[in-house]
Amino acid sequence: MKKISFSIVMLVIMLSIISIFVGVQHLHFSAESFDLVLLSRLPRTLALILAGVSLSVAGVIMQQLARNKFVEPTTTGTVESATLGMLLMLIFYPDASVIYKLIVACITSIIGTGFFLLLLRKVPLRSDVIVPLIGIMYAGVIGAVITFIAYRMDLLQSIWVWTQGDFSMILKGRYELLWFAGILSVVAYFTADKFTLAGLGKQVSTNLGLNYNGIFIWGLVIVSLITGVTVVNSGIIPFLGLVVPNIVSIVMGDNLRRSLPFVALVGAALVLFCDILARLINFPYEIPIGTVMGVIGSGLFLYLLLRRQ
Amino acid sequence: MRIQSVTHFLQTWLTPQYRLMIAALVTLVTIGLFMSYGVKASWEFTIMFRGKKLLTFLIVAFCIACSTLFFQTLSHNRIITPAIMGFDSLYILIQTLLVFSIGSLQYAQMNEYVKWGLEVFVLVFASSFLFQWLFIKKQLNLYILILIGVVLGVFFQSISGVFMRMISPTDFAVLQDSAFASFGAVDFHLLMISALVVLFILIFIVRNHHKLDVLALGKFTAINLGVDQAQLTRLLIIVISVLVGLSTSLVGPVTFFGLLVVNLAYFLTGSHLHRFLIPMTVFIAMITLISGEFVLQHVLHYNTRLSIIIEFVGGLFFLSLVIRKKIA
Repeated sequence: MKKISFSIVMLVIMLSIISIFVGVQHLHFSAESFDLVLLSRLPRTLALILAGVSLSVAGVIMQQLARNKFVEPTTTGTVESATLGMLLMLIFYPDASVIYKLIVACITSIIGTGFFLLLLRKVPLRSDVIVPLIGIMYAGVIGAVITFIAYRMDLLQSIWVWTQGDFSMILKGRYELLWFAGILSVVAYFTADKFTLAGLGKQVSTNLGLNYNGIFIWGLVIVSLITGVTVVNSGIIPFLGLVVPNIVSIVMGDNLRRSLPFVALVGAALVLFCDILARLINFPYEIPIGTVMGVIGSGLFLYLLLRRQ
Repeated sequence: MRIQSVTHFLQTWLTPQYRLMIAALVTLVTIGLFMSYGVKASWEFTIMFRGKKLLTFLIVAFCIACSTLFFQTLSHNRIITPAIMGFDSLYILIQTLLVFSIGSLQYAQMNEYVKWGLEVFVLVFASSFLFQWLFIKKQLNLYILILIGVVLGVFFQSISGVFMRMISPTDFAVLQDSAFASFGAVDFHLLMISALVVLFILIFIVRNHHKLDVLALGKFTAINLGVDQAQLTRLLIIVISVLVGLSTSLVGPVTFFGLLVVNLAYFLTGSHLHRFLIPMTVFIAMITLISGEFVLQHVLHYNTRLSIIIEFVGGLFFLSLVIRKKIA
C-alpha cells in the first residue's frame, strides 16, 4: 500500500512538472519565463489538478448516493442541469457576475440531480446497468431542452464552445473558484464514513444510526457545487468521475475513508495526462481536453462494462 | 369494459390490410398538404423546391424505418436500434477518418459514387464485426447491450471529435458538407445512390419478407424451419449498413427516430408479418417526418429544428420503455 501511494504521488508530481513545461514558449531562467509560469502555466496545472480531484470525488459520492458503480455527474443529468441554469442566466441576466451564475447553476443542478435520484427510487428493477442507462437518457433529454432553448436564442455555438472541457483559457485570476471545489473535496473526505454507510442503502444505514436523508442532501449539494464550479470554469470533462473511482475500487475496495485520497490522486493524474496529450497531439495547436477525455473515458467505461461479464 | 370492446372491434374489423390502406391514405394527404399549402411563389418553383425536400424526407423515412425494423428482427428486441447502438456515429467516424487520411483535396475530387461506396463498404465491414462480437460472441443481457451501444456511440463521436479538431478548416468544411447535409439541398449523386438503394431494398423485401418472419421466431426455430440463419444475418447486416449509410449521409444522425416509428408500427399494424410491418413502418416514418416539417414551417415558423424535437420526444419514450420494462 505504501508503495502504491508513494508511486501515485510521484506520478502526479511528475505529470505536474511536465504539464508546466509543455507549451509553445520554451522556459528558461528569466523574468519573462517566470511571469509566464506564474500567469499561465502554473494556474493551468493547478486548475487541472483541482478539477481532476474534485470531479473524481464528486463521482464517488454520486456512486454512493445512487448505489451504483456506473454513475457520475455526466450520467445523472447533473452537468446538463448546471448547463441549463447557466443558459437561463445567459438569457435573462447576461451581465450577472460569475458568482451569481454559479449559484443559479448549482441550484438547477441540485434540482435536476435530485429529480433523477427520486426517479431511480421509482424503478422497480435495479440492475446495475439500468441506472446509468436511464441517467444518460435523462441527461440527453435535458440536453435536448438546452439545444431547443439555445437554438431559439441563437446561443447554440456559444453553449457548445463553452461546455467543451477546455483549459486553454485558464489564467491567473480566472480559475480561483476551482479552489472552492478542491476545499469541498477535502470537506467531503471528513464525512467519507457517512457516505460509505449511505452506500449500503436507506434501511441498513438508518439502522446503523445514520441520518440518511441528511447525508443524502449533503452529498447532493457537494456534487452539485463541484459540478457547477467546474462547468462554469473549465467546461465538461466527461466520464472522469466514473472511471477513476472504478479503477481505484478494483485495486482497493470501497472503504471511502481509505480510498478517497487515492481517488483524488488518480483523478488528478488522469486529467493532467489527458491535458498533456491534448496539448501534444496536434502541437502547437490544442485539442480541448473534453474531447480527449471523451475518447479515453468512454473507452475505459466500455472496458469496465465488458469486464463485468 | 368499453375500451376492451373497442379494441376487440378494431382487432376483428380493422384487418392489417385496411390499416395499411388508411396509413397510405394519410401519407398521401400529408404529402398533398405539404406540397400545396400556402404557396406564394410560382407553382413551378414551389414544386421544384418542395419536391426536392419531399424526396429527401421520403428516402430518409424509408431508410430509417427499414434499417430499424430489420435490426430489431435480427436482434430479437424492440428497444435497440442501429442508431442507439452507435452505427450512425460509426459512419461519421469512417467519413472523418477518410477525410483525415486522404486529405480533403483528393477526397473532394474523388468520384461521388466511389467515395460513398468506399464509406459504406468500410461501414459494412466494421458493423458486421461489431454485430458479431456483441450479439454472437458475447451473450450479453439486453440492458448491458444497450448501455454498451450508447457508450460505443459516445466513443465513436469522441474520436471523430478529436480528428475534426486536427484537420484544417477547409477539410472540416468538406466534411461538414458530407456529414450533415441539410434537408434543403439534395445532392444529385446522392439521389442516384438513393434510387439504387431503394430499388435494392425493395427487391430484398419482396424476396425475403417471409424469411424475416421466420427469423423473428428466434435463431433455433428459424434454423429448424429451414432458414439459413447465418447467411440471412450476414445479408441483413449489409442491408442495414447500406441504409444507415444513406440516411446518415443525407441528414446526419437522428438517434431516436427509428425507435419511435418502429414501436408505433408494432402497435398499429395488428400483425407480426413483415409484409405488413415494413410498409406500415415506412408510412408512419413518412407521415411523422413530413407533418413534423409542416408544423415547423407553418405553425412554429422554423423556430426550432425537427431533430431537436425528435430527440426530446424519443428520449422520453426510451426512458419510459426502460423504466416500465416493457421490452420484448
